[in-house]
Amino acid sequence: MDLTIAGILALDGVTNGAVYALLALAIVLVFTVTRVIYIPQGEFVAFGALTLAAFQTGKVPGTVIFLLVMAGLAAGLDAYQALRRRDAAARIGARALRTLAWPLAASALAIWLAPKNPPLLVQALLTLALVTPFGPLVYRLAFASLADASVLVLLIVSVGVHFALTGLGLLFFGAEGYRNPSFWDARLALGPVTLSGQAVIIFLVSIALIVSLALFFERSVLGKALRATAVNRLGARLMGISSEAAGRLSFTMAAFIGALSGLLIGPTTTVFYDSGFLIGLKGFVAAVFAGLGSYPQALVGALAVGLIESFGSFWASAFKEVIVFGSIIPVLLWRSLRDPQGEDH
Amino acid sequence: MTDETPVRALPPGQRRAESSPFGALLTMRRFAFPVFALFMLVLVPALPVPAFWIDQLNYVGLYGLATLGLVLLTGVAGLTSFGQAAFVGVGAYTAAYLSIHFGVSPWLTLPAGVALAVLVALVLGAITLRMSGHYLPLATIAWALVIFFTISNMDFLGKYDGLNGVPSIRVGGRSLGDGRSLYWLIWVFALAAAAAVGNLLDSRPGRAIRALRSGTTMAEAMGISTLRYKLVAFVLAAVLGAVSGWLFAHFQRSVNPSPFGLQKGIEYLFMAVLGGAGQVWGAFVGAGVVKLVEDQLQVLLPRLIGTSGNFEIIVFGIVIVLLLKYAPDGLWSFVARWRPAPARARDWGAATPLPARAKPARGTPLLEARSLRKTFGGLVAVNDVSFSVRAGEIVGLIGPNGAGKSTTFNLLTGVLGLSGGEVRLLGEAISGLPSREIARRGVSRTFQHVKMIAEMTVLENVALGGHLRTRSGSLRAMLRLDRAEERRLFAEAERQLERIGMAAKMNELAGNLALGPQRLMEIARALASDPTLLLLDEPAAGLRHQEKQALAAVLRQLKDEGMSLLLVEHDMDFVMGLTDRIVVMEFGNRLIEGTPDEVQASPAVRAAYLGTEH
Repeated sequence: MDLTIAGILALDGVTNGAVYALLALAIVLVFTVTRVIYIPQGEFVAFGALTLAAFQTGKVPGTVIFLLVMAGLAAGLDAYQALRRRDAAARIGARALRTLAWPLAASALAIWLAPKNPPLLVQALLTLALVTPFGPLVYRLAFASLADASVLVLLIVSVGVHFALTGLGLLFFGAEGYRNPSFWDARLALGPVTLSGQAVIIFLVSIALIVSLALFFERSVLGKALRATAVNRLGARLMGISSEAAGRLSFTMAAFIGALSGLLIGPTTTVFYDSGFLIGLKGFVAAVFAGLGSYPQALVGALAVGLIESFGSFWASAFKEVIVFGSIIPVLLWRSLRDPQGEDH
Repeated sequence: MTDETPVRALPPGQRRAESSPFGALLTMRRFAFPVFALFMLVLVPALPVPAFWIDQLNYVGLYGLATLGLVLLTGVAGLTSFGQAAFVGVGAYTAAYLSIHFGVSPWLTLPAGVALAVLVALVLGAITLRMSGHYLPLATIAWALVIFFTISNMDFLGKYDGLNGVPSIRVGGRSLGDGRSLYWLIWVFALAAAAAVGNLLDSRPGRAIRALRSGTTMAEAMGISTLRYKLVAFVLAAVLGAVSGWLFAHFQRSVNPSPFGLQKGIEYLFMAVLGGAGQVWGAFVGAGVVKLVEDQLQVLLPRLIGTSGNFEIIVFGIVIVLLLKYAPDGLWSFVARWRPAPARARDWGAATPLPARAKPARGTPLLEARSLRKTFGGLVAVNDVSFSVRAGEIVGLIGPNGAGKSTTFNLLTGVLGLSGGEVRLLGEAISGLPSREIARRGVSRTFQHVKMIAEMTVLENVALGGHLRTRSGSLRAMLRLDRAEERRLFAEAERQLERIGMAAKMNELAGNLALGPQRLMEIARALASDPTLLLLDEPAAGLRHQEKQALAAVLRQLKDEGMSLLLVEHDMDFVMGLTDRIVVMEFGNRLIEGTPDEVQASPAVRAAYLGTEH
């Protein structure tokens, strides 16, 4: 291997690592706030990429019906529970409106705009608007009522959600894979290495998102509320922070980050309805590297995963997954020895 | 299998057989296993069951075998694994590769596959079983993927295409080529495995494995090497997976990587949770329901939807979520509710007592704590505390909240490591030893917050204390060769329960007891280890007045019988009437040591508890 190849591999690794970093941040966020080990994070990556792919062909994406079904279920569940509590009709209505407003608006917009072939940026924004509401809906349907369950129960539930979402992905997007066009077709020569426009966009968006997340957690009340919930759920509750609202917010952010990652990697690889799982798991490896707790460490872990993957695929391309997932085991061992968990759960 | 198996974990609050209005079912229960075995092995093959259903039953048996491993590992031992399918793959690929390429007889590939699975399990287990909490399940996801991608990319294993043309198994010159002839072999293995796991759960190693779920501290204090039994459960699960894989390869006559991926591993876990993760028969119920429903959905859903695809995972996913929300104990628990476990037959009347250790003469120095020191960062929790216990004495360690009593206790029992000083037992240094080694040397303890296995009976919980005095391993237990020793162990457990006046409650579920009797049960469990020194951590905390009196009477009686006790307590009255000597701690320091009268008269103690006037 000469320096040029090393440079190409490193660039490739860092590009992928930037996307894994976003996913790792989402996974850390969800875990610290809700203790859910969020296996389905990768699904939103696939949903994002496939939704954009549908817009590209001028079709209304399957996401619309998918989203409306989920929103309908959530609203129905809310209404059923409210009726059993004998809530006032106005309150039930307001709640249904809150659950349905965004999905309905986003869907209407998508149905109206899709055949008009809007510019790529509009399609991307529509995609984010369609995929992000999946977060709170998944939280509402699967996790909200299990807030006090153990981490293990939540993990198995999260595996169940992953199954359901993958199957529904097949139902609404079909088995075909898509590759999206680049957001920016430029090629920049960087010494012996060429930097693609898409890679530049990936870096810029990742950095922008990481910075805005940092500002959100440091500066905004909402961000501080999330951090408080992560540190101590009961304490935060006593301070008037609803842990359910915090959970909903963290799932919303995770879905947004997932969809964004899907937009970013869509042009670099062909995405199928079930591609998200392995991509998400790589974000996971990075998140676990950070003990599912630290954002900066997750960042480092993600870059490491990206590099291990790109160099691994150079030396033993068939075994790159083996190398990536094998590398998590020593990390897990080190983590579990470093911060052993108490057993009075 | 005898009548007291399979042992099933009953939810607390459930009535046991004696008080059950369904007593008549007990006689049925005794014959349930033989009747089921007869039905599966004789009646089903004899009847004109269509080939489709025979194949279905074959799959149920195969999946049930693999799931049984998870029942043991996840349901009983509490170690969640998403990687069971990988071990099935190890068994299947070993069988296929050796028989296709080298013409090795299936009867030799079975032990080869099992041996390879054991090897892989030992390596993976040694690395991953030390992990705590959710790190272990995440690690199982990682190595499940590693094994899957390794198998899928090996040229000699046919990559993603796999290996075709696996020969059929031959028994006595007869080829078991089709589903019908392989049926009985699958179910002989399945039933034998179910019986063996049932036997195991009702035995010394089985109780140790059942103790793993509630954490390691109590088990280690009873002398159980938790890592070893985690490894035992892990290896047994791997073996069951490998056997299932071996049968699978010869049933399908070909292997490819897809049935051994993470998805299938998750499905096995789903089967275990659906059936009832702690239950032997839950494995087969879960496997049966999943397999049959999966088949129906595979036909029904594509027809409903209009295209083909594995849409059944949508239903599985939703059912997993609903199941954990509404029926976390699984389907078998609904059956179990109507079939209460019978009281253990008392067959140990004539058993010879277990060997007892020589006790030191009254008055010999027993435990010596020299300048114990424990710091947490900059905080000195225990500051050069020294005291001693002589044989036949009751010594109390008291002090206000935060004085460092419990920390001292944990230093003595090896739960925490010392920052300085040393502990000697009968002159031998025991500081720095793990708590199970300290237990082995004759120091037994109870816990401030009762630690027990709620779904085991009082007798079985107490028998845990006798772990170090018995030897039977898992293999003996599975083959029921451990019964003579079990009788001796239960005789000892009953004797200790009699000693503290709880023999009448021995068949109750420990979780159903009130706090007072639970504390006494912990003392009986500690006594069952035949200790030279008994350490009690706040035994009176949370007890009602009468319960305290009963406890004091038991402790006094133990002292009269020559037992040496050290008790940590903050209930002054309780300690004053009971102890020979008292060590008072305050802010990590030893304040004073003396007789109860001296301590009561001490102005320093009074100041520590009530504050001083300035």
